[in-house]
Amino acid sequence: MSQKNRLSGGQIDRNTTLNFTFDGKRYTAHPGDTLASALLANGVRLMGRSFKYHRPRGVLTAGSEEPNAIVELRSGNRQEPNTRATTIEMFDGLSANSQNRWPSLKFDAMAINDRFSNFLTAGFYYKTFMWPAAFWEKIYEPIIRKAAGLGSLSMQEDPDEYDKGFRHCDLLIIGAGPSGLMAALTAARSGADVIVADEDFAMGGRLNSETLSINDAAATDWVAQSVAELSSMPNVRLMPRTTVIGAFDHGIYGAVERVGDHLASQPAGKPRQILWRIYTKRAILCAGATERPIAFENNDRPGVMLASALRTYANRFAATPAQRVAVFTNNDDGHRTAADLHAKGVKIAAVVDTRPDAPTSMDYEVLAGAQVVDSKGRLGLTFVEVKQADGSNRTLECGALGVSGGWNPNVHLTCHQRGRPTWNDELAAFVPGDDLPVGLSVAGAATGGLSTHAALESGAKAAKAALGLKGRLPKLPEAEDAPVSMTPFWYVKGAQRAWLDQQNDVTVKDVKLSHQEGFISVEHLKRYTTLGMATDQGKTSNMGALAIMAELTGKSIPETGTTIFRPPYTPVPIATMAGRMRGMEFHPTRLTPSHYWAKEQGAVFVEVGNWMRAQWFPKPGETHWRQSVDREISQTRASVGICDCTTLGKIDVQGTDAAEFLNKVYCNAFAKLAVGKTRYGLMLREDGIAMDDGTAARMAEDHFVVTTTTAKAGNVYQHMEFVRQCLYPDMDVQLISTTEAWAQIAVAGPNSRKLLQKIVDPEFDISNEGFPFMGCGKITVCGGLRARLFRISFSGELAFEIAVPARYGDAMMRRLMSEGKEFGVVPYGTEALGAMRIEKGHAAGNELNGTTTALNLGMGRMVSKKKDSIGSTLSEREGLNEEGALMLVGVKPVDDTQKITAGAHLMNVDGPVDAAHDQGYVTSAAYSPSISSSIGLAFLKNGGERKGEKMRLVSPLTNLTVDVEIVSAHFVDPEGERLRA
Amino acid sequence: MIINHPLLGPRDSAEFVYLGDATLIDRPDWQSETALKDFSDYAYLRDNPAGEHRELWFHEGGDRSWLVVTRNTLTHEISKVELARDVARARGRSK
Repeated sequence: MSQKNRLSGGQIDRNTTLNFTFDGKRYTAHPGDTLASALLANGVRLMGRSFKYHRPRGVLTAGSEEPNAIVELRSGNRQEPNTRATTIEMFDGLSANSQNRWPSLKFDAMAINDRFSNFLTAGFYYKTFMWPAAFWEKIYEPIIRKAAGLGSLSMQEDPDEYDKGFRHCDLLIIGAGPSGLMAALTAARSGADVIVADEDFAMGGRLNSETLSINDAAATDWVAQSVAELSSMPNVRLMPRTTVIGAFDHGIYGAVERVGDHLASQPAGKPRQILWRIYTKRAILCAGATERPIAFENNDRPGVMLASALRTYANRFAATPAQRVAVFTNNDDGHRTAADLHAKGVKIAAVVDTRPDAPTSMDYEVLAGAQVVDSKGRLGLTFVEVKQADGSNRTLECGALGVSGGWNPNVHLTCHQRGRPTWNDELAAFVPGDDLPVGLSVAGAATGGLSTHAALESGAKAAKAALGLKGRLPKLPEAEDAPVSMTPFWYVKGAQRAWLDQQNDVTVKDVKLSHQEGFISVEHLKRYTTLGMATDQGKTSNMGALAIMAELTGKSIPETGTTIFRPPYTPVPIATMAGRMRGMEFHPTRLTPSHYWAKEQGAVFVEVGNWMRAQWFPKPGETHWRQSVDREISQTRASVGICDCTTLGKIDVQGTDAAEFLNKVYCNAFAKLAVGKTRYGLMLREDGIAMDDGTAARMAEDHFVVTTTTAKAGNVYQHMEFVRQCLYPDMDVQLISTTEAWAQIAVAGPNSRKLLQKIVDPEFDISNEGFPFMGCGKITVCGGLRARLFRISFSGELAFEIAVPARYGDAMMRRLMSEGKEFGVVPYGTEALGAMRIEKGHAAGNELNGTTTALNLGMGRMVSKKKDSIGSTLSEREGLNEEGALMLVGVKPVDDTQKITAGAHLMNVDGPVDAAHDQGYVTSAAYSPSISSSIGLAFLKNGGERKGEKMRLVSPLTNLTVDVEIVSAHFVDPEGERLRA
Repeated sequence: MIINHPLLGPRDSAEFVYLGDATLIDRPDWQSETALKDFSDYAYLRDNPAGEHRELWFHEGGDRSWLVVTRNTLTHEISKVELARDVARARGRSK
């Protein structure tokens, strides 16, 4: 198809032709086009359907403020919904589809909604779908969501890469229009580090859209020269296709760079978009201004657009929506559009100016003091109805209407730190207030200075002030300095179905209804009508609605207020926010020293915090995980098993006050622990609740090795540093985390000593006498490798933990396996580890769950009253020491074919099953191959005195009831003979 | 936010973890007559000022020092950053 609405000139490369499709139909375009400009050049005005009424819609703007022309871009797993056709840079092979229509854009069955618009006004859903309540979720909402909506997701994984990055500069310039470029030149020539970010792919801002001159040449020449000069400077970084999305604390800005969105396919390994965090000393907002429409009846037909957009399409993209256009304006800027299009050979039907004293033209008719009161054309504008100054009506034939209601400075980023814009009467618009984010200043049209001269001058001045440059202002290029001449005019009186927010289908009538029903505050208006809550965030609509509400309440616009602008300035894909933190890269993955060995053994892994741990080691023929786990437990208890327990936190505590320090952080006493001995320690929070447990081994008078649970390693370290630095700053004690420095392997079972004796160097006596239970020491293994040995047991067996420098962990695992062959050594994973500790009644994370005290854990007497330790005072609170407190017990089913379920609650044999009669709950459960029964640990009221009692274990949610018996939490070796053997 | 670490200079707040009110430095005397009440207040009662607030931050992704940061909760302006250890000593804490 030929580009029938292509004009002459423009910043497109006619030497290259690009092919693209829209709704499956093929079209051609040129480099420099956007999807919107290419569609217009091809005579396509209809680009979408509205959200609620499914009205035909075309393009309203030529920028990121676009509410209407939003499409699904690309296809398959790269399909991207709600993309603005006005910002999609054309590439060869581009494919896009319209959204929210069925079966086709031209015939949309859901357009029936428009006929029922009297019912579908603001608040319709709240009022209509009230009853019955259960219908909302299952019936009403799915139907409404299907009918009213935006684009659809592919439901496939996005194959592209996204990244995050950090940049630093003296001065960030946001926007590369005349003020931004002038600020950049001024700053860069002084030697400052400057970043210039602009959301467009072509720098120059409005200058690209105008026929203005600078220094008696085309303004675009000045843009090209300025960009060339800036590009040549090593202290300048130009970032086109980069939207600064937010102004954050302390001069930090967020920016999204669309690195590859304009490419047909992404180069391998290159990110498609980058989320930048830019650290600035100062920043200047040169974001320009956005034109606003005037609301009139049926002002949403394809072809009705902002006058400035019409001009942009003609001047920059050499495209026009129609060969015959009209303009509706309340200011001089609208006339500029008419003049520019006329110069391009487009027929001007008339300029309809609301002002009786409108300027006249030799080239086309100007209807002064007139208003556009209605429009016609089912799928695109054909006529507008004009009410002339004398009261008579006149019909103008036109395929497009440029509407100009004045300009709103883009103050958004000035409000990101809760700054409030102030009202400017001359512009009838909000301009940046005084309470800007620290370090930010504003220049150009964003301040309300709308002429080119004002932009250049304020840009230079702002750069000078921001950097504290001395001397005179640089010589400014010569440019127009036209005054603003406009008379506020927001909507045509009597208009009802006159659109304000086109994306969310909010009309003048809806604002009136909102007022009538008492939703007068701007924030209420917004939420009741959904005004400004679409993907464009009301950039072209909020002001109009505000002005109407002000009129209805008899207040001024500034009294009526404005809503808060929040980041992001334009929508940001979640993928960009996530960057590379997707899937397994969501957080760092920590591997144990024996990870690759375990992988070779075919281990099944489980994520434990950031760690990957072996969960069990299946053997050939084992079809169920329980078979593997039961075997690992039985073999460990019968002979010997080994397990990588490197993930436990390890903290080295050194200094002459080390013992005294541990006395503070553990509730039990440590000062008198002998060198060469290890002790179990319980840490409390200051409120008396258990925080963590572990062991502290005294390697020397002034040296302890502390272990923490895997999950709490970071928190415990932080807490210990708090105690050291903030509470006891003069203690001679130093802490360092050595979790990753030492590979630690548990060797458990009756043959564990025999196995270790094969690798521990002979000069070290590890017999029961030479190295008794809870012993610790520095040893060497395998002929001189330094190691640490601890005789501690989590499994309840005779057990050791041996630590070697992390880089020897893999070798140590392999050595233990080969030396252990004669004992039938078995590696065990976290499932067996967990089951064995439940068999032994050891508390773990499930029991140290942030609600339990030392008393609950059966360790009440461990809390020393002879010393001050964190949590000791508050652990004595009455409320934590009441009669009938929860105590840790064991539970097992009366019928050993039944199962104990963690999370289930304990109830008396008789009586109601409800929260009021709750007796306690199971925290951990496992199958114990040692006693051939399912077992559990539970907190039970007054549990210390209820051994032997029969109870019901219930879970009403899952219809579970099991008869259980309360037993000792020590299911295996209650006397502890094995671990002392 | 940027926290101007007294030893390391300006650092991104993402390197830190936040704990809360710096009055946590003033841990009560366990042997006082009113110890139970003092500890209850210490553990549970905090001021929540709209304005200047002294608070504890931990440089977890850095040198692991605890800092007392004086920050305006309305503007996020940080007017002072001290090593918590120095603050603790100045407030009479020792061993």
